[in-house]
Amino acid sequence: MNENPFLGALDWLADPMRWSGPSGIPVRTAEHLGYTALGVLVAALIAVPVGLYVGHTGRFKGLAVGAAGVARALPTLGLVTLFALLVGIGLTAPLLAFVTLAIPSLLAGAYSAVESADPATVDAARAQGMTEWQILTRVEIPLGMSLLVGGVRGATVQVVATAMLAAYVGSGGLGRYIFQGLGSQDYPQMIAGSLLVIVLALVLDLALLLLQRLTAPRGTVAP
Amino acid sequence: MIGFENVRKEYPGGTVAVEDFSLEIASHEAVALVGTSGSGKTTLMRMINRMVDPTAGRVHIDDEDVAAMDPVVLRRSIGYVMQASGLLPHRTVLDNITTVPVLRGTAKGEARERARTLMDTVGLDPDLADRYPAQLSGGQQQRVGVARGLAADPNILLMDEPFGAVDPIVRDELQGELQRLQRELRKTIVFVTHDIDEAFRIGDRVAILRPGGRIAQVGTPQEILADPTDDFVASFVGADRGARTLHVEHVDGRDVVVDADGRAAGVLAGADGRLGDGGAADGDAAAGPGAEALATEERPR
Repeated sequence: MNENPFLGALDWLADPMRWSGPSGIPVRTAEHLGYTALGVLVAALIAVPVGLYVGHTGRFKGLAVGAAGVARALPTLGLVTLFALLVGIGLTAPLLAFVTLAIPSLLAGAYSAVESADPATVDAARAQGMTEWQILTRVEIPLGMSLLVGGVRGATVQVVATAMLAAYVGSGGLGRYIFQGLGSQDYPQMIAGSLLVIVLALVLDLALLLLQRLTAPRGTVAP
Repeated sequence: MIGFENVRKEYPGGTVAVEDFSLEIASHEAVALVGTSGSGKTTLMRMINRMVDPTAGRVHIDDEDVAAMDPVVLRRSIGYVMQASGLLPHRTVLDNITTVPVLRGTAKGEARERARTLMDTVGLDPDLADRYPAQLSGGQQQRVGVARGLAADPNILLMDEPFGAVDPIVRDELQGELQRLQRELRKTIVFVTHDIDEAFRIGDRVAILRPGGRIAQVGTPQEILADPTDDFVASFVGADRGARTLHVEHVDGRDVVVDADGRAAGVLAGADGRLGDGGAADGDAAAGPGAEALATEERPR
């Protein structure tokens, strides 16, 4: 084993044994991605409709901004511990924490997406005889899509970086390496786990950035 | 026919946009509502398609109270053209024009075919069909706005300062095209503007509004110019500054019309359109400084 823990981490990653089996890197990565996707999805089901409603009607905006601010301020590790004490060890507690973590970005993304539409454009759409639903789905959402995806991007990066906490209360994911390494003072393994989380977060961030660019409405960006 | 009956609009907080307004607009008539900002002209126009609901009084179309109509259905039956066009920036010219017909359930192919015809009607190059609004000039955008307003073949066309944001030369061109269109289509047009010259050009009748939607005078441009009811109207149409007071001078055998400042405004023609014969005898004597220039250059106003 290498003396330098960083080089040790590279050795750890280079070991073919780590890349197969039920506790291998591919499985742990898939688990990690699964937790992230589930957390963001559940949060989106709650936050996106609320954000669209707030953005379209302008109602409860103060409440939404306040709630998002409070949710942002909550310490995720504390939440995971709290939820684990309430619902027990397993996936439910960390998922609840991830949902709480993802909601502020998604909420802000959804309402700023709708709000970003030029009021004159929305007024014209209404005057042409679009229903409120048509204004939302055919004007406001298409025009604000990249901001909405921006919210998804922010939420995803935050959750993917925090999803290692699932291992803290007994679930899988890349956090396993980190907490195992922590328990046995195996620093190369800890660092390797952290590097994997970092790479995953960067890859997702880039992928969603690309999606954000692709969803910018045609006609509003320079050809 | 559009009727306003004792219409009032008061906003929460007590701001009164329109105090008590009544006016009948005949079918196929173009009426220009003209006034300064705060005269309530846009508010009044938007009551017709229920973009604004009056606090009191009623608005009716062909004797049917608009308050009893579904606003969405009502709006789809009325053309609406606004300042800065209000086009959907993420849709092509063709898709913008077909917005209302598609909302009304017209098949897309049919709507597109009609949209291409309309592009021709409003003087748009067919090559622009697949462009986005941001790729067009201001004048072209306004033409798309007019085409969109006409796309569902509405009886009523509401126009809210539609040419306010384009330069004077393009505005003049668009006003001329609207006059030509109106001669062909005979829509009922309600045209909101703060420009009295535009109101006189577009409106069969013109309603000059004071703040709060109070009518200072309603009439044909000729009636208003011939007999402004009060100083407010006289000042609004420019009669008090002499801009509307013209007299005839004889220059080189022609009748030249000159305004109060002595600037040439044009050449007087007979009812048959031929240039008037002012008589050679007194022509030279009456030539003013402006008229002289006109006689040599045939300078338009």
